[in-house]
Amino acid sequence: MITEIAPAAEPVVSEPARPGKRRRAWDEAPRWQIYLPLGIYLLFTLIPFYWILLFALRPAGSTSLVPWPVTFDHFRKVWTERSFGTYFTNSVYVGVSTLVLTTVVALAGGYALARFDFRLKRGFMLALLCSQFVPGALLLVPLFQIFARLQMINSLGSVIIAETVFQLPLSMILISGFIRNVPYSLEEAAWVDGCNRLTAFRIVVLPLLRPGLIAVGSFAFVHAWNHFLFALMFLSDQSKQTIPVGLNTLMSSDSVDLGALAAGGIIAAVPVVIVFAFIQKWLITGFSAGAVKG
Amino acid sequence: MAQAAAVAKPPAPPRRRRASATPRRLPYLLIAPAALLMLGFIAYPVLSVFYYSLQNYNPTKPWRNGFAGLGNFTQAFAHDPQFWDTLTFSAKWVVAEVGLQLLFGLALALIVNQSFAGRALGRALVFSPWAVSGVLTSAIWVLLYNSQTGITRYLADAGIGSYGTSWLSDTSTVFPAAVVADLWRGVPFFAILILADLQSVSKDLYEAAEVDGAGRLKQFWHITLPHLKDAIVLATLLRAVWEFNNVDLLYTLTGGGPAGETTTLPLYIANTSVDAHNFGYASALTTVAFVILLFCSIVYLRLSKFGGETK
Repeated sequence: MITEIAPAAEPVVSEPARPGKRRRAWDEAPRWQIYLPLGIYLLFTLIPFYWILLFALRPAGSTSLVPWPVTFDHFRKVWTERSFGTYFTNSVYVGVSTLVLTTVVALAGGYALARFDFRLKRGFMLALLCSQFVPGALLLVPLFQIFARLQMINSLGSVIIAETVFQLPLSMILISGFIRNVPYSLEEAAWVDGCNRLTAFRIVVLPLLRPGLIAVGSFAFVHAWNHFLFALMFLSDQSKQTIPVGLNTLMSSDSVDLGALAAGGIIAAVPVVIVFAFIQKWLITGFSAGAVKG
Repeated sequence: MAQAAAVAKPPAPPRRRRASATPRRLPYLLIAPAALLMLGFIAYPVLSVFYYSLQNYNPTKPWRNGFAGLGNFTQAFAHDPQFWDTLTFSAKWVVAEVGLQLLFGLALALIVNQSFAGRALGRALVFSPWAVSGVLTSAIWVLLYNSQTGITRYLADAGIGSYGTSWLSDTSTVFPAAVVADLWRGVPFFAILILADLQSVSKDLYEAAEVDGAGRLKQFWHITLPHLKDAIVLATLLRAVWEFNNVDLLYTLTGGGPAGETTTLPLYIANTSVDAHNFGYASALTTVAFVILLFCSIVYLRLSKFGGETK
């Protein structure tokens, strides 16, 4: 079969003189078996991105498949006339607050789960797992009532709390896994040297948690940035709304301004795609460190 | 409790730590913020949904409010064909999405786990849709599918296919069209999780298998797949729950249409509570959705013998 073909595409430098350098068979896939499927999949991934870029950059009414001449009119229009400038600020506020709140609260809880045995621990873990099955979308009405009673409707605080609450369980499970991977003896050694628990944690454990915290934090940010339904339901004032709600408004108006919609989409995508490009490596190492060992 | 204090005590501290008395209360203090948030904003809403499911409750028709017993449930199961339609569609949606995401996500993870030139860039590009929101995904695919602005128009200009209508407004094409749009964003998520787990496969296993003369296919079947099993079970379960509950994409992409063709149960519930203000009935439907999710999850974990090897 195809898979049995020896990797002839690349001369196998087996160098029998260096036994330690032997390459794994798994790595010896013929190049075309990598590049062909990857290339096809890349087309599927990138054409949609290209399409929206095309509509954002070419003048209205143009049917050219190349965005030339480039115009930034759509961006100018959507940023000022369609108040994406305001939406952007609100989304940044919601995203960053959710990130900070989720990480801090999950760090505290995760530490307790990783380092102590206490009576309610099993029950608490079970509650965390069960909460994964609770659909936020189905709790819209009771959540709305709660926030109304707290006078928080139309305030970004309601969205931040709601996003944080649904990010917390998974974040805490992941973080407690990361902490468990740090040997307890490191902390104990710091105590012997005269540190209290908090200082020992800050100096010894926290630096080692960096990849995991970056993964969890960016996860929380991207979710809060992207999530649509809570903002749609809890924020009625236009000046309080976030980017996904703004996009939905653009999409559902009677005569859709495609240029503005595409430009708004680019504005929505750029921050998260940049965040993602930076954290991608940590995301994979972070997940493999926390999720697997559990 | 005494045990906790003992565990937390450092071996032979030279001087008494200030914190030595706290560990008894410390773990509770540490989980308190998380526990309070979850009690207030998850547990309480869930309980109130259970409560309202037994009530007639509609703020626009207050004269009919009151205890309903199981009336809402019999209404759903016996007299509401839309409930069954949306439930069936939800099942179809979850199975199609999770199955295809697993298939493509696994393949993608295996490919980008190889070493090849340009791997870092390749990974960043294929994973990038993961970061994009459901609403933006909708916006992009609405453009792509539209007969005026989409790909079909340019293909038709070049003599391939016909101009026709948007795939999203035709009842025979809307399902695959919506599935593909959600795959675009969902496959990278799966690939990332599986890739993360692939990194932890011991390389010695492959070397041993190679010495034994096992080919790449055999190595995949006997080493990689068993290693990934728990991660796959967990990822498919989380993803299934997530796909079941996710309303962002379908709400904005098709709005549940055309002709209610793509309305999932959660979308139906959202419409019942938000547009029709029928909170009591929506709560009963929500309760049914909970029970179904929980039941399916337990059956799935049992059938897949999750974590079975460790015991």
